Order: sequence, then structure tokens, then C-alpha cells
Amino acid sequence: MATQTQAGKIPARPNDDIGREVRLRMYRTQIEIREAEQRAYDLFLQNLVKGTSHLSLGQEAVAAGFAAAMQPGDLTFCTYRGHAHTLARGASVEKVLGELMGRDNGLLRGKGGSMHLTSVEHGVMGSYAIVGAHIPIACGAAWSAQYKGRKDVTVCFFGDGTTNIGAFHEGLNLAVIWNLPVIFVCENNLYMEYTPIGEVTAVSHPAAGRAGAYGLECPIVDGQDADAVYRAAQAAIEKARAGGGPSLIECETYRYSGHSRADPAKYRPDGELDRWKQRDPIKLYRSRLLELGIGEKALDNIDREARRFVDEATEKCKAAPPPPADILLTDVYADGGSSWRN
Amino acid sequence: MAELTYRDAVARGIAQEMQRDPDVVFLGEDIAKAGGVFKTTVGLLEQFGPLRVRDTPISEQAIMGAAMGAAMTGLKPIAEIMFSDFFAVCFDYLANQFPKSRYMTAGQVKCPLVVRTANGASVRFGAQHSQSVENWVMMIPGLKVVAPSTPRDVVGLMAASVRDPDPVIFFEHKGLYASKGEVPEGEIVDTLGTARIVRPGKNATILALALMAPRALAAAEKLQAEHGIDCEVIDVRSLVPLDMQTILESVGRTSRVFTVEENPRLCGWGGEIVSLIVEEAFFKLDGPPVRITTPHIPLPAAEGLEDLALPSVNRIADTVRKALET
Repeated sequence: MATQTQAGKIPARPNDDIGREVRLRMYRTQIEIREAEQRAYDLFLQNLVKGTSHLSLGQEAVAAGFAAAMQPGDLTFCTYRGHAHTLARGASVEKVLGELMGRDNGLLRGKGGSMHLTSVEHGVMGSYAIVGAHIPIACGAAWSAQYKGRKDVTVCFFGDGTTNIGAFHEGLNLAVIWNLPVIFVCENNLYMEYTPIGEVTAVSHPAAGRAGAYGLECPIVDGQDADAVYRAAQAAIEKARAGGGPSLIECETYRYSGHSRADPAKYRPDGELDRWKQRDPIKLYRSRLLELGIGEKALDNIDREARRFVDEATEKCKAAPPPPADILLTDVYADGGSSWRN
Repeated sequence: MAELTYRDAVARGIAQEMQRDPDVVFLGEDIAKAGGVFKTTVGLLEQFGPLRVRDTPISEQAIMGAAMGAAMTGLKPIAEIMFSDFFAVCFDYLANQFPKSRYMTAGQVKCPLVVRTANGASVRFGAQHSQSVENWVMMIPGLKVVAPSTPRDVVGLMAASVRDPDPVIFFEHKGLYASKGEVPEGEIVDTLGTARIVRPGKNATILALALMAPRALAAAEKLQAEHGIDCEVIDVRSLVPLDMQTILESVGRTSRVFTVEENPRLCGWGGEIVSLIVEEAFFKLDGPPVRITTPHIPLPAAEGLEDLALPSVNRIADTVRKALET
């Protein structure tokens, strides 16, 4: 059953259930993601980022809200639109930009690229570029925690388009019948690549509309409001950690850029982007924090620091060498090499 | 030393590893309460309980994905895909996920798992339940591929596969489940990447895999008895890693080589091995390598047609004899 939460209307108090420290953290995370994603785009225009990239500009609140609610040891699985989630869990901007630029200082030393960002030390178990593939994989990670009696929970992010592929349905069913500690988070940004999701989906809410089929409730959350995301995340994470099983959450959000770097997003109706920008997650959050009495100066400092981080990271990446040729043949097999015969 | 069926050797091999390592878990369709549709997993649920031996829905992607997620986070899963033909509905995990995760993440992600599956023909199930698909996975960097032909090898190679830190695709052969063989008591651990000379000989080398191994051996005995032709038969056992050393040494001794492959001809494993022999031992050959395969067809269901399609003892013996005579 789809239930509409009114999280955005809950009055925010400085020392409410979220509190100043977590809010500042979520603000900082959103700013860092915004700056890093914008920089990724600029570097692409300078031909310093090759290949493809899928940006989360406009979707920062989902990543920030969840990361703030997760504990160290909790696991993140995300899609090729995964820069934001990887950064939100604590991976360094330098390593992320380095990977996008194909440098040796990248998270994956240039062997994965934009679509496969992974940082196991931060619980980011991978960015998966085949739509839906990671839904069952996230189930497996949650099964592992359940079997070993560990308390970590797994959070699996995906787009609205994923809800129409088989692995999504297989994974949801398995998670429910095995009562797995996993949270499935649909970032509904209204477009399945270039096509409006409504034109290709049997229900109006791509995730929430399917939830009932698996005996799940599915809150529809304002994905532009980090507080609303955080509260929904908290509830689902607590439930999973207590053995209450899986949750499905649909976050309504919007991406400012096209699907990928190749997409100018000409298919969007006039005015749609501007309307969403009026509800820009960072703008909204900044005014909330100001209302709560957090001084403008503190926020300006965070903004400045984030820009400085990203500037410094960019310079380090520009100076970093490309990966050495000898890693071409490493890490195919666990012995470190690629040998398949004697 | 007790005689065991190939079928029972599967359960024994899994049990040996589950007993040894509590991180080994097992999932698949009808594997727990039903004991497997081929009765290969009877008794495992009773011995290891429902947390370690888990029935799944008919969801091959969920089975493969769950195995991978568990493998990445500390478990050593064994996943069953009931028929190897069903690899086609979960091929993403075989082609894109298991084998690439370590490389793409510069070694951060590990994927120690085993996918075991019933492969091959001779049970008259028709085109979608009888294929030999080892070549579908042999070509993918990052996977290991084994196909035992005897009960002893089932136990030993299962142990080696479960203990291996890489994803291993373990092909059992449906046509061998009822076959019997001696299996020693106690723990058996074999080595991946080792072929076995099952019959030494000096006139030609015959390479075979799984169900084709006993057929090649029978053909060699027939050639010896009827024509005095002495063939060396090698059970390749492991396609990745591939024991080229044993194969090249044998070809060096016999100067002729034949492959016996159940897969349809195009891109079968024998093609790759023959190309390596030609590149590396061309001047040791006295004649062209010959591949004996199933034709380039989907498999028919009717007994007579299916028998006609697969390399038979007579076809192997006739092909080898004619080639050596010319």
C-alpha cells in the first residue's frame, strides 16, 4: 500500500528528533555532492572526464538523508548514478574525481570508471551499471548479515526505471520471504533514461504502486527534503536492524541534467526544470537551517569549505598520473593476476 | 573404498565442505525439502538445517544475485541452477557481475562462490533442457569452469571449487548421475586446473570432458581391441584454469590429437585447445587435429535423434581410425 507521508510539514525544531549536528552534516553532504557533480560536468566539458557519467544534480537530498541515518558498517548498493551515494558515505572527492578522470589516484585506479564507483571501506559495495542487477545482490548481502547475526543493514538505491525489470521483482520477493534486513530506495526522478516513467509503467508510482504485491508498505517521500528522507530512512533502518525485515521507499526527486552526459534532456516540457529548481533541495535546506537559527556564517563556511575541497581535489587529480600499464592484467582472479592456463 | 553414484557424490561433496566451514551455505530451487529434482542434494537439509540449505523461488536472478551478495560479505555460497540451460535467464550475473567485480574495483570486491548445475544431454529432455553450455562461460575472464566425469572427481573438485577464492561454475552431467565409481573414505580435495590421463597410449591423444570422457575411453578400448590402435585419453576436467601442460606433453608423445565435445561445434572448448596446440606444438603434429562434436543444431528430444547428434563410442572410434589411416 502506498502511503503519502507529510514529513515536509512536520515543524522543524532545533533540537527535535534530527537535531543540529545531523542537519549540519546533511547540509554539508548535499553541498559537497553538488560541488563535486558540478565539477564532474565541468571536467567533462574540458575533456578531462572521458566515457560517460550520470549525475545526481538535484537529487542530493536522498543520498544525504540516507547516509546520515546509516551507521558505519551498513552497506550501500547503488546504480551507475552513484557518485552521490559514494560521496555521502564518506569516500573522498579526490578519489571519486580521480576515478572519473581515469587517474591512478581514483577509487578503482581507473579500472572501473564513473559507473562502478565502489569503496568497501566506507560500506559502498558497488555501483551497478546493469539495471536491476544489484537488487538481488543487495538481498545476498542482507542474507549474509542475517545468517551471521550481524546487525548491519543494507540499503539499495535504484531509479524508477529499475522497477520494470525482472530482477527488481525477484529481489523484492526474496527479501520478503526471507525477511531480510534490506531497504530498497527508489529515486523516482520521473524519467526512465529519456522516457517519462509514466508512459511505460502500469502504475502511477513505480515503486509504491508495486509494494502491495509483496505485502510491503511504501512511503512516498519528498526526495527534495533531506529531513523527510532522513526520517523515512531512520524508520526503515531501525525496523531492519530489529529483525523486522525489508522496506521499500519511493523518493520523489528530479535530475537537473540529462540521463547521461550524452543527453541534453530536450524531451522535458518547458518550465518543468524551473519548477523543480524552485524546490532545489539545497536551497530548501538552507532556508530551513536559517529558520532553525543556524547562522548564515556557519553555512557560508560549509559552502566555502566544500568548494575548497573540490578545488583541491581537482588540482590533485589533474596532477595525478594515469594508471600504470602493469595493472591491466591484475585482479582478474584472486591470485592477483589474469592467468587462465599453465 | 566404497562405490558411490555420481548423484550421491554431489551431496557428499557439498556435505564435506559444509561440515568443514560454517560459512558455506547452499541455495536453489527444490534443493532442500525435495532433495533436488535430480536427487543430488538428499539429506543436506536434515544435516545442516534450513538456515544453511535454503529453497528459493523460481527466480534464477535472485539465486545468482543473492549468492554474489553473500559471497561479497563473507559467506561461501553454493548456488544451484537446476538446468544449465537456465543460465540464459540469469546470464548477467555470469557475464557481468561475478567475473568483473574484482577487476573493476581494483581488488576491493571478492566473489568466492560456486554455481553448480546439471548440464548436457542423454536424458531426452529436448533443446532447452539438454544443452552443453560450458563454452558459454569458458570465454568470460574472471570465471573458473570445471566439469567432473567421475564420482570421485565430483567430491574432490567440489571441495576445490568451494575453497577457491574465485567464482567457479561447476558442471555436473545429467547423463552421469546414475553412474558409479570408487570413492575413498575421508576428506577428498582435488586441484582445479588439472587434467587427468585416464588411459595412456602412444598413437593419438583424445581429449574429452564430462560424459564424453567415458565414451572416449570406451572408444580407445575398442580401437585397441579391434585395430591395435593405442590412444591416450585425457579427461580435461577443468576448462579454466586449463592444464595445457598435460595436453601439450601428451601431443608431443603421440603427434595426433582429437577432441570429443558434446557442445555444438561452433566455439566449443575444443576449438580453443586445438588453436593452442597448433600455435605451440605445430611441428610435433603428424596430421591435422580433428574435432568430434555435436553438429551445429539445437538438440532434438527423440531418443534416436539425440543419440545421433552426440558423439558416440562408434563415431569417436571410426573418426580416429579413419584419420590415422589417411
